Amino acid sequence: MTTIINNNEIIIPDFRNTPLIDQVGTEERVSRFTKRSIKNEAKEAGLSMVLSMIDLTTLEGADTQGKVKQMCYKARHLHDSVPGLPTVAAVCVYPSLVSVAKKELIGTDIKVASVATAFPAGQTPLKVKIADTQFAIDQGADEVDMVISRGRFHSGDYNYVFDEIASIKNICNDVRLKVILETGELGALDKVRRASDIAMHAGADFIKTSTGKIKPAATLPVTLIMLEAIRDYHEKTGIMVGMKPAGGISNSKLALHYLIMVKEVLGDAWLTNRWFRFGASSLANDVLKQIVKLRTGRYQSNDYFSID
Amino acid sequence: MSKGVKYKNEKRLEILKTYKIYIGGKFPRTESGRYYNPLDSKGNILGNICLSSRKDFRNAVVAARSASVGWSARTAFNRSQILYRLGEILEGRRAQFIEELKIQGSTSAKAEKEVNNSIDRLIYYAGWCDKYQQIFSSVNPVSSSYYNFSVCEPMGVVAIIAPEENSLIGLVSVIAPVVAGGNTCVVLASESKPLCSVTFAEVINSSDVPGGVINILTGNAKELAGHFSSHMDVNAIIYSRTDKEELKNIQINASENMKRVFYWKSDWFSVKAQNPYKIRDLQEIKTTWHPIEQIGGAGSGY
Repeated sequence: MTTIINNNEIIIPDFRNTPLIDQVGTEERVSRFTKRSIKNEAKEAGLSMVLSMIDLTTLEGADTQGKVKQMCYKARHLHDSVPGLPTVAAVCVYPSLVSVAKKELIGTDIKVASVATAFPAGQTPLKVKIADTQFAIDQGADEVDMVISRGRFHSGDYNYVFDEIASIKNICNDVRLKVILETGELGALDKVRRASDIAMHAGADFIKTSTGKIKPAATLPVTLIMLEAIRDYHEKTGIMVGMKPAGGISNSKLALHYLIMVKEVLGDAWLTNRWFRFGASSLANDVLKQIVKLRTGRYQSNDYFSID
Repeated sequence: MSKGVKYKNEKRLEILKTYKIYIGGKFPRTESGRYYNPLDSKGNILGNICLSSRKDFRNAVVAARSASVGWSARTAFNRSQILYRLGEILEGRRAQFIEELKIQGSTSAKAEKEVNNSIDRLIYYAGWCDKYQQIFSSVNPVSSSYYNFSVCEPMGVVAIIAPEENSLIGLVSVIAPVVAGGNTCVVLASESKPLCSVTFAEVINSSDVPGGVINILTGNAKELAGHFSSHMDVNAIIYSRTDKEELKNIQINASENMKRVFYWKSDWFSVKAQNPYKIRDLQEIKTTWHPIEQIGGAGSGY
């Protein structure tokens, strides 16, 4: 499968022929990532990097302006009693709350990401999805997290999925587009690879595992397959695509395993929050607890950290 | 290695028990992979016992913390039933405990007494589960139009360094009042006599005690006491050994997050070792002011 960029002519590959994935091999490879020993200074640097890559997220029907304001405060002030901490990369909210977040984050480098395209199910017509996305952009979103039509994907209607992503990309301009594959609904790793390839060829700036509403959400094997798809795409086209595992990553140790995987699959170029993000709500506190533990030698308690 | 029941007419290799630690309702080996060999009075090795590390302790605290919400929300009556059940199951395994106590150096008579007292102690605290609240709570007279009352609430996660001698009755005597009051705990068992402490974990495991409510580690107090007392997510610590220097360090460490520190020393065989004040030790008292329309003198209620 190749994308040929020749005289400005782009030839889109046949997505029925994407690579097949050896699941057993993938799981064995992944188990290696969990056995690296990272201690002391390296651990603290890693944890600090994790913090800087978090998309602090709240995507609940019950979200209020107050909840979003509180989360934005946390994004700016992760734990003021520890000097020298980074801020998170972005906050991630529903379109109706983008303007609230935007206002709260004036004067910071923290981006506002909005989910769109009838998140999380994506079961609406394309024009509704475009309107949804346009609204988020008009409200000031710096990044848009869209969902693909999993039903169409399962029906083999890859062109529809491709065109849908391309149409959303079309209205995004400078806004970075993250494409959520919802891997928990895709099934086999082969499908994950295929959906990743479709999303990247259609113009995704980021590919993202999950909405966080379906279990399983992000897992190490799924992320590995997506990282390999990014690597192959970069080798063929020279275009860098970002990666965002989301959902289910709630402790520091696991987050470090993800960073190790990124480093070993894609290299240092991806180890910044421009190219790698964690979609998470409770990860930040666990990382903060570990950092304070490293500095004080005392295991920490939730009692001394802000409530998510 | 422990000497189990001998079969007269059969030649067979004895299957020896692997003594493991008890965290979150499971029996893992220590994360550190280390072990030690306590000896009996004749110098025989009692077993390969897990030498727990600070990470085992950390994992145990996480388990205890997550079990804390559910355990403290159980009805007092249900906690009572579960403690009673512990006694029932221990009763059914008397022979095994007597055997292990003897291997650890006790005499037949003393071992039997220790097991009997341990069962009785569990039943004693089972009885107190739904009664201490009435004794220690109060409605307080105040000179204004408020209804003022004080009630007991469990402290949360309690770290316990269990007695070194009397590894069964000592262990039961420090655990029972803590969990009777709705707390969860992480216990460091006797270092020199750990066998029946680990076997007691099996009793806990088959007694409807939710995973994480009682966690039992084996290992060295000198190594672990610092972590037991400095962990910020531990609300109280009970020390029941004799090293005054160790106790002092525990008190210093505990001051960081204002852990309650208790020094429980007793003749554990005596009935004096059991009383509801041990339950009270691990309770915080919450006092609530509630407005009423008229003060008592006017004949009003609340």
